[in-house]
Amino acid sequence: MLIIACPYCGPRPELEFRYGGEAHVARPVDPSTLSDEDWGAFLYQRANPRGLHAERWRHVHGCGRFFNALRDTTTDFFAATYETGTPRPAGTPADGETSR
Amino acid sequence: MADLSTMRTPAIEALVTASPASHLAALTALPPRTRFSFRGRPAAVTAFGTVLGFDLPQVACRFAEDGARRALWLGPDEWLVTLPDREATAFAGAAATALAGLPSSLVDVSQRSLALAVSGPMAARIINAGCPLDLSPDAFPVGMCTRTLLGKAEIVLSRTDEARFEIDVWRSFADYVWRLLEEARREFV
Ligand SMILES: [Zn+2]
Repeated sequence: MLIIACPYCGPRPELEFRYGGEAHVARPVDPSTLSDEDWGAFLYQRANPRGLHAERWRHVHGCGRFFNALRDTTTDFFAATYETGTPRPAGTPADGETSR
Repeated sequence: MADLSTMRTPAIEALVTASPASHLAALTALPPRTRFSFRGRPAAVTAFGTVLGFDLPQVACRFAEDGARRALWLGPDEWLVTLPDREATAFAGAAATALAGLPSSLVDVSQRSLALAVSGPMAARIINAGCPLDLSPDAFPVGMCTRTLLGKAEIVLSRTDEARFEIDVWRSFADYVWRLLEEARREFV
């Protein structure tokens, strides 16, 4: 079984986790000033890279918290996990590059 | 308000009565207890600790206890506190006073779940029949607790002794969890 390292609880089986979409998507501060195109882009447009992808996960059957993870979309390899609200770890490859 | 405490009966009474004994893997239902779900920031956590009588554990997945009171770390700002029913009213009142003005939440979740215990040399093996966690003493030592899965049911699992685990399970899943554990320990009864 795939083991995912929760930033709070440590390594745990994947059954305890749920996927939560792309990470670092900031909600516009004042949506009413946005054009329909920009609002639509915020709602619906995501990166979908082949390779590393920064995404949100939730340890739903554990501590219950959301966190961020760098996962390789081709190998399912988790390169890093880090707390929500913190930046993508320095030194990690950019989106779309391979994890190893 | 009507006193409901006298009406509390285990949802799995018939299963408990019919359960065979085993010294290798004993399965027992634990008596009712009061449960509080507490969430708060550091100031509230400190204030809550003074009412509880000991500090809430800050280390992930560990519980602290003093006498019949226990506090389980469930998340970075979330704890499950269990105590005897007779202390519940006074405790809730004292906590409400101590937490006044501090952003926090304290919810009585006593009726939400039932507690079971699995004990004996085969206890970890029985639980591992439905739980994917590493339950070796190195990875899951005495004093550790966590929410996790047992089969299709979410449980709170804690290790109170080398060969004893307690399971907190939602009432509606208790029947399923009991039968799953019963199935797993068939070869040891
Ligand atoms: Zn966790």
